[in-house]
Amino acid sequence: MPLDSEYLQYPHRRYGMDHDRYDWSMLSDRNPVSWPNNNRLALWVNVCLQFFPLDQKGKPFPVPGGMTMPYPDLRHFTLRDYGNRVGIYRFLQAFDKYKVKPTFALNTRLAENNPYLLHSIMERGDEINCHGLHMDALHYGGQDINEESELIKRSLGRLRDLTGRDIRGWLSPARNESANTPELLAANGIDYFSDWCNDDMPYQFRTDKGLLWAMPLSNELEDRFILMENLHSEEAYVEQICDACDFLLQESETQGGRILALNLHPWMLGQPHRIKKLEQVLEYVTSQEGVWSASAGDILSSFCGQQP
Amino acid sequence: MKETPALYDYWPYQNRPKIRWPNGAKLAFWVAPNIEFYELNPPLNPHRKAWPQPSPALPGYTIRDYGNRVGHARQMNLLEKYGIRGSISLSTALCDHHPEIIELCKERNWEFFSHGIYNTRYTYGLSEDQEREMILDSIATIERHTGIKPAGYLAPALSHSEVTLDLFAEAGGSYTCDLFHDDQPTPVRTRSGAKFISVPYSLEMNDTIAYAVNKVEPRRYGQMIKDNFDRLYEEGDTSGTVMCIPTHNYQVSCPHRMKAFEEALEYITGHSDVWVTTGREIADYFIDHYYDAVTADIVAKQEI
Repeated sequence: MPLDSEYLQYPHRRYGMDHDRYDWSMLSDRNPVSWPNNNRLALWVNVCLQFFPLDQKGKPFPVPGGMTMPYPDLRHFTLRDYGNRVGIYRFLQAFDKYKVKPTFALNTRLAENNPYLLHSIMERGDEINCHGLHMDALHYGGQDINEESELIKRSLGRLRDLTGRDIRGWLSPARNESANTPELLAANGIDYFSDWCNDDMPYQFRTDKGLLWAMPLSNELEDRFILMENLHSEEAYVEQICDACDFLLQESETQGGRILALNLHPWMLGQPHRIKKLEQVLEYVTSQEGVWSASAGDILSSFCGQQP
Repeated sequence: MKETPALYDYWPYQNRPKIRWPNGAKLAFWVAPNIEFYELNPPLNPHRKAWPQPSPALPGYTIRDYGNRVGHARQMNLLEKYGIRGSISLSTALCDHHPEIIELCKERNWEFFSHGIYNTRYTYGLSEDQEREMILDSIATIERHTGIKPAGYLAPALSHSEVTLDLFAEAGGSYTCDLFHDDQPTPVRTRSGAKFISVPYSLEMNDTIAYAVNKVEPRRYGQMIKDNFDRLYEEGDTSGTVMCIPTHNYQVSCPHRMKAFEEALEYITGHSDVWVTTGREIADYFIDHYYDAVTADIVAKQEI
């Protein structure tokens, strides 16, 4: 029984992308940018502060890093909670030591449950983005649009109330989206999101409710991806970040400013045997000439200020 | 279903006719960048899912798009630096989607061979007529956009039928990258009886297999490439070998992997008896100079 003839029809075989979300463009063809004070590499340290519910539903899939054992999975719940109690304070010390300006992506539920932690972050004055409601509240293909709309409204509204800030940036839990997520984000006052990891620089993303900026938060360089998905050694994590830093600095000599985006989880790199690796990375990167540590929002503002 | 593919005969890796590549080279080295287009929402193939998540499957789709937007130019510049012309395994719909990439590769006299239409359209479940239509479409697309009819084939996403190589040979192709049984070119039996061969295209050296399947650390991948080369170069003294690095612009061109790849290329091209070439040139040279002798040797070894 052959496949339906539709299988050899290609309705989107045309110039550009196979969808209308953004324009096709090669990075090497774009106008170079430069960062403030003639810096060449923007260091975006993005810290995910996450709440993994013990009563995980796993709809439509169990989130990476979530519960894997029968209820009550105390082992994974507490391992993740460790990051918010212990690991994060190791992070903050490291950031201060190397004068790194982090950006925090917060699950709203964590901000609700841990006022002390929220206060600590707020007091620092660092940028706060919304990382969805919690790690078991996924956005996914086929999700009821009203349900997702409520989820986004609630996640953003509550985080705005708790922080008193307008909250411009968004990162979906597990970076998963439905076909409607970009519209719902734009309709709820989001300026930029970091779910689409298809570039090394920001680009404009179309929605029916206006434009968003897609910010390039590399998945491949994420601590969780390298250590937990790839099972690479801690030494290899350091090597990969340093090699990426060297390469991007070199590329920036001829092609303009670049971004080194490090997505971090305090439950991963905040462990006693790993924190030194984060410190080594920060020491290496911040000691290079031409590196500008900045929040995601500041990097985007500088970038936008240089667009025609 | 068959118990064996019956595409080639057993040919032991000893006492083979001695192959020498042009200028007395011991090893033919080629790099095969896969330049692919994966669809955001392809039609369902009942035999294989394109993406693990319901559309939009962002992780898989976006990193592959990254390859074309960001990675391609990086890899191209690097290969150029070491005097390597890529032999492109092409999702031929990319000629329509991203003609800029095609132009850049044409300017550099790279080879284009067929890798189907999209890497999200599989051979599984196609009738013979449907598969022929897909293969002819891919060949015609390359010829229309580059002026040259492709000689090689790597089935889209390595999805095959029992007649895939028959169909490609009948369409006028001369070599396949779909078989991993040898470190030298070998004749492949197809139903038309045409001279048709396999050119070694290593899955072990393939960056996606190394990085995404086997989860290899970048510097270890660089070391694996050097070790692979060292042994094939040494054995090439006895009879010329082929080494291929199949790449993907979304794997090897990521900022944290470029250094290891560059070191490996620098190492290989720093050796004197290496023929830095393309898949098509290896196929042509082998067919012109060794196909008959090798075929006779294989026949002789069946009679022992």
